[in-house]
Amino acid sequence: MNTVIWYIIPALIMFCCGVYGFITRKNMIAMLISLELMLNAVDINFVVFNRYLFPEQMEGMFFTLFAIAIAAAETALAIAIIINVYRSVKNVDVSGLTKMKF
Amino acid sequence: MDFVLPLLILAIPLGMFLFLGLLGMKMSPKLAGVLGTLGLGTVLVLAYITAFTYYFSGDPAFINAEGVRQQLIVFNVDWLAFTQNLVIRLGFLLDPISAMMLIVITTVSFMVHLYSLGYMHGEKGFQRYYAFLSLFSFSMLGLVVATNIFQMYIFWELVGASSYLLIGFYYTKPSAVSASKKAFIVTRFADLGFLIGILILSFYTDTFNFIDMTSNPGGVLASTGGATFMGASVLTWALVLIFIGGMGKSAMMPLHIWLPDAMEGPTPVSALIHAATMVVAGVYLVARMFPVYLVEPHALEFVLIVGAITALYAAAVACTQVDIKRVLAFSTISQIAFMMVALGVARPDIHEALGYMASMFHLFTHAMFKALLFMCAGALIHAVHSNDFTAMGGLRKYMPITHITFLVGCLAISGIPPFSGFFSKDEILVAVYEYSTFWGIWMTLVAGVTAFYMFRIYYRIFWWNEPHYHHRPHDCDWTMSFPLIFLAAVSIVAGFIPFGKFVTWQGHEYIIHMNWGIAGISVAVACIGIFFAWHVYRKESDLPDKMADSVHWLWEAAYHRFYWDELYLFVTHKIIFNGICRPIAWFDRHVVDGTMNGMAYVTQKASYAIRGLQSGKVQMYVWIYLIGVMLLGAITAICWM
Repeated sequence: MNTVIWYIIPALIMFCCGVYGFITRKNMIAMLISLELMLNAVDINFVVFNRYLFPEQMEGMFFTLFAIAIAAAETALAIAIIINVYRSVKNVDVSGLTKMKF
Repeated sequence: MDFVLPLLILAIPLGMFLFLGLLGMKMSPKLAGVLGTLGLGTVLVLAYITAFTYYFSGDPAFINAEGVRQQLIVFNVDWLAFTQNLVIRLGFLLDPISAMMLIVITTVSFMVHLYSLGYMHGEKGFQRYYAFLSLFSFSMLGLVVATNIFQMYIFWELVGASSYLLIGFYYTKPSAVSASKKAFIVTRFADLGFLIGILILSFYTDTFNFIDMTSNPGGVLASTGGATFMGASVLTWALVLIFIGGMGKSAMMPLHIWLPDAMEGPTPVSALIHAATMVVAGVYLVARMFPVYLVEPHALEFVLIVGAITALYAAAVACTQVDIKRVLAFSTISQIAFMMVALGVARPDIHEALGYMASMFHLFTHAMFKALLFMCAGALIHAVHSNDFTAMGGLRKYMPITHITFLVGCLAISGIPPFSGFFSKDEILVAVYEYSTFWGIWMTLVAGVTAFYMFRIYYRIFWWNEPHYHHRPHDCDWTMSFPLIFLAAVSIVAGFIPFGKFVTWQGHEYIIHMNWGIAGISVAVACIGIFFAWHVYRKESDLPDKMADSVHWLWEAAYHRFYWDELYLFVTHKIIFNGICRPIAWFDRHVVDGTMNGMAYVTQKASYAIRGLQSGKVQMYVWIYLIGVMLLGAITAICWM
């Protein structure tokens, strides 16, 4: 149990960094990086719980692999959106993008 | 009998309808008309061959060794199977009345096709007209040869639909449109009764087939197991409901209101559909089910009373109308009522159900002379360009053919010997007198009124004083004159057909004996009617006005058709629309719609109120989300503790 905590604390720190970055950074690329940070923190948790709590099962591992694959696709999509946003407004600053309100 | 001929009788008009309906506009009107006429001519020949084979060949399939005519199902195809027994079939039933109807329908239809070549010449939609005529002929032929009551119902609706299409032929005229709607709705309403009757009957008997029912009417009665509903047996209800369907098609009171308005259609259509064929479908239906009606005499009483009242009512109204087609329409109602009365009084113990034979005989002769009268009216309207006889007068000099043929038709319908109407009407009166003297006197009176109103328009059109005509009226070309002459010839000689040999209720031969007493009375009454008409209308005078004034309220009431249309308008508009539909509409608009609109309204207002939250700042959303998650987590944690 004690071993698990040494993995969870870094993951928690990573996650909080991600949340902090996602809220405070205005650059969309930086926000995307923060997002990835959060995802990876969660992935670490999955693997750790699987490895130490249920070592005879593999679900956590598979879930992580799956999440990585999805994250890759999602990143590609996000980059595509960001490029298109840049093309239309010549900017990637999220604080200026308020056109999509009501 | 081989099935090819009967199949062709149905297939040719249907094929012609599809052909003319789909390709008619690609060809010239004349070609379409000639094709339609030729198609029906072929059907005419085939139907005559079929009918004459049936009547005269002496084949044991048609007539057995004792001289009893048989009912023969030529073919019968399964169409829709509900249960093992309850199967809807489409087939071809050949028996005395269907063979007779084949002759009537194809003859009149062919004459109308021929006549329309001249009458409808140059009309817009000429091809469409011929397509619809073919559709009607197909439907009517299918109706009379139906092997089961459901097939009859299907074709019953088809004739209703083609009648609707043809009444509304001049669809740019608002009166024609409303007339076609009226005809369709009123008959549809009656057909609801018919359908319910069919369902009740088939529920108890487990069959649709006519032969199964009519060959064993006692079994039909037994199958209902003595069930009753509101004091009358279920079988009575079923038969009365079926008869209500017939009342709608045959324009019996109180469902007669559509027929006078149906005269908005082209005149040949009136001759074919609203005089000779479709409107007698109700009579045909009762005749077809007659053995079943016999086991439940209450239903036949109902037929008799409805028929007798309608006959007098329609005759009275016909005396006052000025539109010649309306006079003929009311006369048609009255004559069909004669047939209904004849069926209503037919009992096996009265001259072997003489009424049945008389009814079919009158159906036959009436189809011929009424089609003739309508076509004459068409020729007159063609010449004078008006439906009202006030625009006519003295036409005998200008239109000799129309004059003579119209006179023949009038004499036939009035029952003057030796014209056909005399024989058939005499048989009806004999049957009625045998049943009850009261109804006998009643129907004799109606016969007298018939003679009066027919000769009223005859004298008014062809004698009277001639008004100023813009164009000199003249007889029409051969396509229109030939049908008149042919039908007039038939109307003269048809009475001499020994009808009892061909059509009786069980196929036995019946020798017609003239009852000279009753014949004498009816001829005398008819002559009085004619004399009266001659006295009042032979030349221009103020006698008609004086006559109308002397019975002023009665005349006014009859002129307004005894306010039946007003009554219907009152019931539908004031009671049903205002009393029932309006509250329902209010409920729908304010409660049903109101609920939905209220929900939409609340949602809309709430959305406007909170739309400021949708700031478009993505990171603000994340903040709110994060705070929300933390709050939820905190609450969960507190609850957990």
